[in-house]
Amino acid sequence: MPVRIVNLKVNGVDQAFMAKPETTLLLALREQLGLTGAKRGCAQGACGSCTVLLDGAPVVSCLVPAATVDGSAVATVEGLADGQELSDVQQAFIDGFATQCGFCTPGMIMSAEALLARNPDPTADEVNEAISGNVCRCTGYAPIVSAILDAARRRRDRAGQEATR
Amino acid sequence: MTLLYGRGFASVNYPTGMNLGGDPSQALIHATTMGGFVISLSSVDLGQGLKTVVAQCAAETLGMPMEQIIVDTADTDTGPHCMGTFASRGTHRVGNAVIMAAREAREVMLQVAADELEVDAGDLETDGSGYVRLKGSPAKQIHISDIALAAHFKQGKSISGRGMFLKERSYPVPETGEMDPDSCQAHACTVADVEVDDETGVVTVLRLHNTYEIGRALNPAMATQQVEGGAWMGVSHAIFESTEPYYPASRAHGPVDFSEYLMPGSGEIPEQTSVILERPSSNGPFGAKGIGEMTANAPIPAIANAIFDACGVRLTTMPFTPESVLRGLDALRDGA
Repeated sequence: MPVRIVNLKVNGVDQAFMAKPETTLLLALREQLGLTGAKRGCAQGACGSCTVLLDGAPVVSCLVPAATVDGSAVATVEGLADGQELSDVQQAFIDGFATQCGFCTPGMIMSAEALLARNPDPTADEVNEAISGNVCRCTGYAPIVSAILDAARRRRDRAGQEATR
Repeated sequence: MTLLYGRGFASVNYPTGMNLGGDPSQALIHATTMGGFVISLSSVDLGQGLKTVVAQCAAETLGMPMEQIIVDTADTDTGPHCMGTFASRGTHRVGNAVIMAAREAREVMLQVAADELEVDAGDLETDGSGYVRLKGSPAKQIHISDIALAAHFKQGKSISGRGMFLKERSYPVPETGEMDPDSCQAHACTVADVEVDDETGVVTVLRLHNTYEIGRALNPAMATQQVEGGAWMGVSHAIFESTEPYYPASRAHGPVDFSEYLMPGSGEIPEQTSVILERPSSNGPFGAKGIGEMTANAPIPAIANAIFDACGVRLTTMPFTPESVLRGLDALRDGA
């Protein structure tokens, strides 16, 4: 398979770049599009620090050849904030002190976003399952689980307020 | 099959720093033209939060807000010397060096402000929001951005300071062995509640109760997280992590990388309560002691003791695998 041009809609913006067959989605995001939020941890799909959303589903972008997802929509942590206003999940991570060194945080947040998009009212067990592919070596996980549950509450509250308006 | 429950505890005393051939860390601080303060270090923040804590130390000493502080730990080739991030020494050594540097810079800052305000520097104070003001007459004040501009463009001064913290090498007294190898010691106790399945041998850690005496907790949220994140590592050492059964004889069957190396995930975390006790050390930055490494220690013997309490099996080799529990139970039955 030769070098080819790959088209992606990344965080709502159309992007085109050249990709070798071995170029992973992670490498393309970081090196070619300058989006360094997704981290390269293990580079074998075990740690989850490179998690992004591919057409809404969480994937470990280190295992996705970029050329195989031509035409897809990709969401990364950089696209979550609305200007200066952070997403509910991001704000809940800060308020709940759910980060220490921060290396796992973008992947955790994207896994959480994927969970809350399909399940607005998850249990702690469901949160654990959703982030079971994301490794954290600092926090002991408890503040992360609490933050995701908190983000779910914020999002439901906001939806409730908008419904009554 | 019976689920057995037990409780165990363990305590740890842990030194801050170690007895090298002297254990120095140095820091430099200088103000930019905009009135930000740059702290230059070689010390490494590998995620433990050193940059946050030393920025706090500098802000507190300078009397300036945290937002004014920039910590630059870029390069061990060009930065002031630091022995490194180990021995739970970072907060203690680097914090002390940064405070010393910030004190020197503060003196220059106040002198520059005094010359601008035409008052005596001894009559000035900081308000913590970025202003230097005359004591008792707060309307007479000058912002750090104006002080920095005056220093650079009018007075030809550098608002800067040097910090040199050195724990001198300690030699033992030949007759007694007495020596002073570390700077202070933190103390902790962990109580573990476990469940042991006597059919499968599986140990589940249900709860950990942590109490840490760590001197002044410079950042209580980070200190608590260090305690609980470290306890997670302790649980991981105690009942999960192993290269057994084949290492080192054969690498063909055991874990060869971290994707196969068993560590607890978010679903296997015990409930934790953590209490921080603050008895400030005499020589730490604002009384702090180091708590980096010790947090993984106490949970392990506490869990071993809880297993003993639950089922009578005394395990002395980590990890406490189902196999080792079952072999222990068999040995108890054989002995009975």
